[in-house]
Amino acid sequence: MENILECSNLFKYYSGKPALYNLNVSFPKGKIIGLLGPNGSGKTTLIKIVAGLLTPSSGTVTINGMKPGVETKNMISYLPERQYFSSWMTVNDILTVFNEFYTDFDIARARDMMQRLGITPENKIKTLSKGTKEKVQLVLVMSRRAKLYLLDEPIGGVDPATRDYILNTIITNYNEDSTIIISTHLIYEIEKILDDFVFINRGQIVMGGEVDRVRAERNISIDELFREVFRC
Amino acid sequence: MAWNFTSDRPIYLQLIEHIQADVISGKYAPGVRLPSVRELAAEASVNPNTMQRALSELEESGLLISQRTTGRFVTEDYNILEESKLLLARKIAQEFKQKISKLGYSSKDAIELLKNL
Repeated sequence: MENILECSNLFKYYSGKPALYNLNVSFPKGKIIGLLGPNGSGKTTLIKIVAGLLTPSSGTVTINGMKPGVETKNMISYLPERQYFSSWMTVNDILTVFNEFYTDFDIARARDMMQRLGITPENKIKTLSKGTKEKVQLVLVMSRRAKLYLLDEPIGGVDPATRDYILNTIITNYNEDSTIIISTHLIYEIEKILDDFVFINRGQIVMGGEVDRVRAERNISIDELFREVFRC
Repeated sequence: MAWNFTSDRPIYLQLIEHIQADVISGKYAPGVRLPSVRELAAEASVNPNTMQRALSELEESGLLISQRTTGRFVTEDYNILEESKLLLARKIAQEFKQKISKLGYSSKDAIELLKNL
């Protein structure tokens, strides 16, 4: 099967401290994959390298066969851990920015999803609740027709109803040609929407495979497997 | 409402059982068209690929019939429907038998118990 993403012998140091340490992983096309690991395991560092926001200390990354750069950025839709809008902007402003910036942005779809959420486009970002901001960001990211979606902690810090909305937005916007990588430590919630998973710890991939295969072979969920592997 | 899943078995198997139960209970009656993979995946809050796998297996078993252009329908074959019902009933009976035998009931006592419910 063709891979959308390949990382080999990836190292990343922050002032001498390793965040990624000889990480090797490849992800196939057309799957929803969980990048699962405890806090500080290297999830965000890996995602930022793939998104082209950080450069690795050594090793190679290829996205659809290409090194990170302008072309790969056009293929990737990235949801950062933190919100990056200026608070004075309105929802409309942001829609316009996305529409001008990304040729694959489906503004009609984004408007439709915003309307269903009951968000008024004239509202300023600073008037929205934390949960609503998270939803707006996700709607924008999922309204692009990208090859690879990188979602860094999309359900962290929001209530269960908002989580359900976010998970549903992910699966209803996913298409068979794209790949979605979701980083999280909230495994129980996310497990049923995943095809595959990888466990990352201390900057290395320690385990990975198909969710339903683990359940069939070990009779446990990925959440339970995670608790076994990462028992403190 | 999202469907509930237990953690000890593959999700696609649980999807298969859920849809079988929906067919037998008449939520999806014989000859009725099923919602699309995408709609069902959203309803169950699961990965569309996993839902696709469950539906493919149900097609292989004959309970569902796929028509290239119009979608996926519940079979109208009486034998297949009855067989599917029997399979599900057996599974429930087996679970009951296991649980009740742990309480020290013989099959005969268990049958008595059922009769008097």
